[in-house]
Amino acid sequence: MGFLTNLINGISLGSVYAIIALGYTMVYGIAKMLNFAHGDVIMVGGYVCFFAMGSLGLPPLVGVLLAVIACTCLGIVVERLAYKPLREAPSLAVLITAIGVSYFLQNSALLLWGADPKAFASVVPFPSITLFNGQLTISSVTIATVLAAAIIMVALTLFTTKTKMGKAMRACSEDKGAAELMGINVNSTISMVFAIGSGLAAIAGVLLCSAYPTLVPTTGSMPGIKAFTAAVLGGIGSIPGAALGGVLLGVIEIFAKAYIGTQLADAIVFAVLIVVLLIRPAGLLGKEIREKV
Amino acid sequence: MDKIRNLSKTTKSNAITYGIVIVAFLVMQGLIAAHAVSHSLIGLLVPICAYICMAISLNLVVGISGELSLGHAGFMSVGAFSGLVAVSFFKGIVGAGPLCLLIAIVIAGVFAAVAGVLIGLPVMRLRGDYLAIVTLAFGEIIKNLLNNLYVGLDDHGLHFSMKSAEALGMQGGKILIEGPKGAVGIPQLSSFLAGFILILFTLFVVLNLINSRTGRAIMAVRDNRIAAESVGINVTKYRLIAFVVSAALAGMAGALYAMNFSSIAPKKFDFNTSILILVFVVLGGMGNIRGGIIAAALLTVLPEQLRFIGDYRMLIYAIVLIVVMIVTNNAKIQSVLGEFKERFRRRGDDKAAQAADAVEGGAKHE
Repeated sequence: MGFLTNLINGISLGSVYAIIALGYTMVYGIAKMLNFAHGDVIMVGGYVCFFAMGSLGLPPLVGVLLAVIACTCLGIVVERLAYKPLREAPSLAVLITAIGVSYFLQNSALLLWGADPKAFASVVPFPSITLFNGQLTISSVTIATVLAAAIIMVALTLFTTKTKMGKAMRACSEDKGAAELMGINVNSTISMVFAIGSGLAAIAGVLLCSAYPTLVPTTGSMPGIKAFTAAVLGGIGSIPGAALGGVLLGVIEIFAKAYIGTQLADAIVFAVLIVVLLIRPAGLLGKEIREKV
Repeated sequence: MDKIRNLSKTTKSNAITYGIVIVAFLVMQGLIAAHAVSHSLIGLLVPICAYICMAISLNLVVGISGELSLGHAGFMSVGAFSGLVAVSFFKGIVGAGPLCLLIAIVIAGVFAAVAGVLIGLPVMRLRGDYLAIVTLAFGEIIKNLLNNLYVGLDDHGLHFSMKSAEALGMQGGKILIEGPKGAVGIPQLSSFLAGFILILFTLFVVLNLINSRTGRAIMAVRDNRIAAESVGINVTKYRLIAFVVSAALAGMAGALYAMNFSSIAPKKFDFNTSILILVFVVLGGMGNIRGGIIAAALLTVLPEQLRFIGDYRMLIYAIVLIVVMIVTNNAKIQSVLGEFKERFRRRGDDKAAQAADAVEGGAKHE
């Protein structure tokens, strides 16, 4: 049963990574930038939901909705103010700007909400499910997380393949110039991607804090890096890749913690990434792009 | 005079870089002697020197070789901890003095270079953002491994363990590195002078490398890998050279940095430290060694000087970072600034022309 418990915990954590990684991968696919501030949007989402539920006494679902709305707006504003002026700039300049935004969000949170950890109440107020005469307990948060990840993944795939906006996004990620010639508004498409990515980050933040209920201004940074790793593992730019990478990473992390040691778990997660990239340099589901001379 | 004029542009530029470092050192020494420097700034001198060395060495990878490395602090920590073990080991033989520091820094450089080769070989198969994420991953792995590393020293020599302090099987002696707690009771051998010498050494290595045949090959690979390959440059070899030299120099800086404190933990050298150094390099201008040095010094002092605004200082730092990046990279703002400069220069030219006319007129008058 220990194995099964670990597997379920791993899939649950992996689903959170997958949701974050989906945001990473979409932004990377279209804007070709490593958005290091993505992890901190998670944290903002967590805080918004915390205060909506705690101070305002709103029901959990409203809290989640508020967090999504707040983070979506945040994503759009950050994109407009910090990233849009750098559309033509070298990618390193954008990377440093993203790091600046990340510091900005972390320190704003520190000033606004203080450094003391907040105890986050779960947003899924249902009892746990007990199977096999109490040998296996699955918490409701776990089920909600896995369900949320699956729904988001399917919805995003449908969105990018079936809707006009989604097609515009894929067109932009392939060739911005050609997309513009076809009458696609590239700027608003990029804004849209940031909005979706940040909204997803908010959901991930709420679920993450429900499972690991301590909320501090740096809550988002490590999951952010891990999710980024997951996106690369699955092949950055690919939506199924991000989901697969996220779940794999979560399972590996939990198993490493259980069987090898808590201290070395992160090292093993990153080692797996390196091994995968050495065998498949574009990630598990990434497309190998040949260089033309 | 003619000799100076005949020097090549790079030699002049390098001389200016060395000059800035030397003058800055002498001025600082003068100010310290005159008690005009605050206590907190004196405490920052060695870290500034270490960060300057880190910025120069990372510039070799990011600016000259054109690879984004997000794990430079990893090499710094390898150097720091191998240097610390070396100090404890050699302290009994050569005494705790400058010679001991020198040995420690050299050993730190060797260990970091070995780590650089081990990491560089797989990393060099990748390119672009994939390379960046793998360097990030290696940085985190190094931090995690050091978090589990226990080293002790007794009469039988050095003991290593990856489990716990008890597993070292020590008979008396002293535990040097204790997992997540890091190293404690470090002899503080670093000094501003040592830092200054290390900066000069790092500059010497990097500037000479850039202006050598090897350096030109590295830059050729950066500018166009395929073209470089077609003229017979071994791409992997030259990328690896830049990476390993950079790692070794970072390790040396790490040893210098660690021996400025009485205790140091592995988590000091995390992803944020790597990013901090990258910020120095990018703000100073990629490939511009002098810019990196100035950025490292200013950005280490800035947060300390902003202490009076308390909690807002890191917020201000973040805003400064974003604004500087936008101002220096936005095409529209750059063109406006360029126009401004042009107008300024034209006005200057007009004045010079008028002056020349006046002189000419005067000459005619005679």
